[in-house]
Amino acid sequence: MKESNSNFLKNLDSFYQFSKDRGYNKENSISGKAGFHDIDIREDLTDPELKRRPLLDHPQDPHALERMLRATTARIGVGKAGPRLLTRTLLTLRADHAGARDAVMTDVPQEVLDRLGLFTVQTRCHDKYEYLTRPDLGRKLSDEGARIVAERCRKDPDVQLIAADGLSSTSITANIEKVLPILTDGLESRGLTVGTPFFVRYSRVAAEDHISEILGAKVVCIFIGERPGLATAESMSAYIAYQARVGMPEARRTVVSNIHKNGITAVEAGAYIVDLISEILEKKASGVELRAHTF
Amino acid sequence: MKLETVLTGHHFAFKSVKEVLAKANEKKSGDTLAGIAASSDLERIAAKEVLSQMYLSDLREHPVVPYEEDEVTRINQDSIDEEVYRVIRGWTVADLREFILDYHTAEEDLHTLSRALTSEMVAAVCKLMSNMDLVYAASKIRVPAVCNTTIGLRGTMATRLQPNHPTDDLEGITASLFEGLSYGCGDALIGLNPVSDTSARLGEILKRFDDIRSRFEIPTQICVLGHITTQIEAIRGGAPADMIFQSIAGSEKGNRAFGFSAETIREAQQLLAEKGKAKGPNVFYFETGQGSELSSDAHFDADQVTMEARCYGFAREFHPFMVNTVVGFIGPEYLYDSRQVIRAGLEDHFMGKLTGLPMGCDCCYTNHMQADQNDIENLSMLLGAAGVNYILGVPASDDVMLNYQSNSYHDAAAVREILGLRPIREFERWLEKMGIMENGRLTDRAGDPTIFTAKGGRG
Repeated sequence: MKESNSNFLKNLDSFYQFSKDRGYNKENSISGKAGFHDIDIREDLTDPELKRRPLLDHPQDPHALERMLRATTARIGVGKAGPRLLTRTLLTLRADHAGARDAVMTDVPQEVLDRLGLFTVQTRCHDKYEYLTRPDLGRKLSDEGARIVAERCRKDPDVQLIAADGLSSTSITANIEKVLPILTDGLESRGLTVGTPFFVRYSRVAAEDHISEILGAKVVCIFIGERPGLATAESMSAYIAYQARVGMPEARRTVVSNIHKNGITAVEAGAYIVDLISEILEKKASGVELRAHTF
Repeated sequence: MKLETVLTGHHFAFKSVKEVLAKANEKKSGDTLAGIAASSDLERIAAKEVLSQMYLSDLREHPVVPYEEDEVTRINQDSIDEEVYRVIRGWTVADLREFILDYHTAEEDLHTLSRALTSEMVAAVCKLMSNMDLVYAASKIRVPAVCNTTIGLRGTMATRLQPNHPTDDLEGITASLFEGLSYGCGDALIGLNPVSDTSARLGEILKRFDDIRSRFEIPTQICVLGHITTQIEAIRGGAPADMIFQSIAGSEKGNRAFGFSAETIREAQQLLAEKGKAKGPNVFYFETGQGSELSSDAHFDADQVTMEARCYGFAREFHPFMVNTVVGFIGPEYLYDSRQVIRAGLEDHFMGKLTGLPMGCDCCYTNHMQADQNDIENLSMLLGAAGVNYILGVPASDDVMLNYQSNSYHDAAAVREILGLRPIREFERWLEKMGIMENGRLTDRAGDPTIFTAKGGRG
């Protein structure tokens, strides 16, 4: 090992203090608490349980800190390095954000759509950039898409089901296979005709209005990815409308949101939406008009 | 008025002042969505050149929404100091830019100038400024304001502590509040965005904030950001409030879409004079952000920078304590990426200060924008250098209620240290008393929210 020859005296006090605080052995700086081989690679930074653990060393009142952490999902008790975040907090944030970004920017894998037998049409957007910057173009199918839908789908169904990427492809990948079969079976067992389902790429919610007009559906229900948050990128919504028409008020949609494994599960949502659609057909109304009928 | 020019051998002609203003904007997705953006980079520069030679009187006489149709225009035009205006009306926009930047133009001169500028003039000069121009020019202008404490003095940068909670749970809100205080945040305001906009809920949270403030003798302001009418109802019902908040737009139609008018603000003003807890005189908190007019179809084919400047012209009438642009909240169809958000943040802060407002910024982004935390840290450092009155602070940058990211509690402390800035003086003394800050730096004890729990307090 090479020793320094410099003449000036080095003050290593802050190094020793830092090492000591971290539980390292003074002489050889090998960790006294957890060696390299003890790291559990299965430990996932994005695990909600792990995020609940305070990183702050020596709080004045540890029990109070535990109570605080139970009272909110906000990232508190995180501690600091100088005036900055600890490395673990920083990486957890980056991981959560990366999950959200990937949800927006990636596509639903073709295998998922194949397993459900869904064909794909596109809105008037040509790519993700146009999708994100031109919501108006995401509300209409392309001319080709409209033609394909008119050719391949059953006309005048009671219910038309649609899957769409929206702002989170991840949410469709995570949920759509669980919800679509339940819904189709449930609706058919009530004697309702269910149209030919398909997938829309670069879709906004109101694309369902255009589709409803093309197919003459009584009720249309689009499953679409919600804007991802840091807490979850897997949240999906269903927007349901009775006799949807292009340009109709948004208030005519009935919404079931927060469909994901820690919200309303896909299976629960499926059963609930079957009931909801039956009610919409019976009352011939959706959105605020449906609520007006209920009260 | 000359509305045409030749650039690299191409002839460019524009039909109106409004079109020149729109096309002179730096590229923003919202202007493209509105169908009013320049169709090429060269056309953009041609519009800037035409704008640079326009007289200030041309802009005064061509507000983007007609005087007769719009109270925002009327309030702005009627507030102009005609004596000063007579001196500057023959200046070009290029002259205005160079007067603002000139070494001989003192801060008092800029305050005098401010009263003679309409929002269209403020927007116009902004469009001729580079990013560094925007930082430099804004740094010449301080706009302090007084509620319980004084914000915006040179050498200070304050923070709004935003302890939001997904269900408004009082203990959860309090936990985030204690965490923020322990990092030296909250000198501008302790301000919560409620999930539920009812006067009962607002009253309950305000009472909690007020209790904590008196228990620990914290020199600051409190607010719960419900709708203005809900806040009025809560205060009538006895809720303790220093200030009233409202999101504002750059046209009367936009304000109506937000559910209020100038009359509503005057009503709030009277109520606070009778029942408000703060000494004042500045008792309003306004929020803005480029693109909100387009989103409610209230933009009158004007660009989003000009509409934003008009928010400030409107806000000035009511002498707010704080105004902030929630710059990256609106989404990629208005501001596509970090480049557009950073530009917009610098523009808004400059325009607000030039209008005479105590301007802050919520440096933020949503997950469907092409931006990340690095970009927002950049913006907050740039705005710190520009002399921003305050930025936001949320736990580790993640707002679990609004589902977007802003500055973390940690960021304010770091920006202050990097740029040699301090919290509001009274608040800094309180932080020192609590053992959270020493010589402008956080102490070892800082960052522990439990110093405020039952067995807490000092020692």
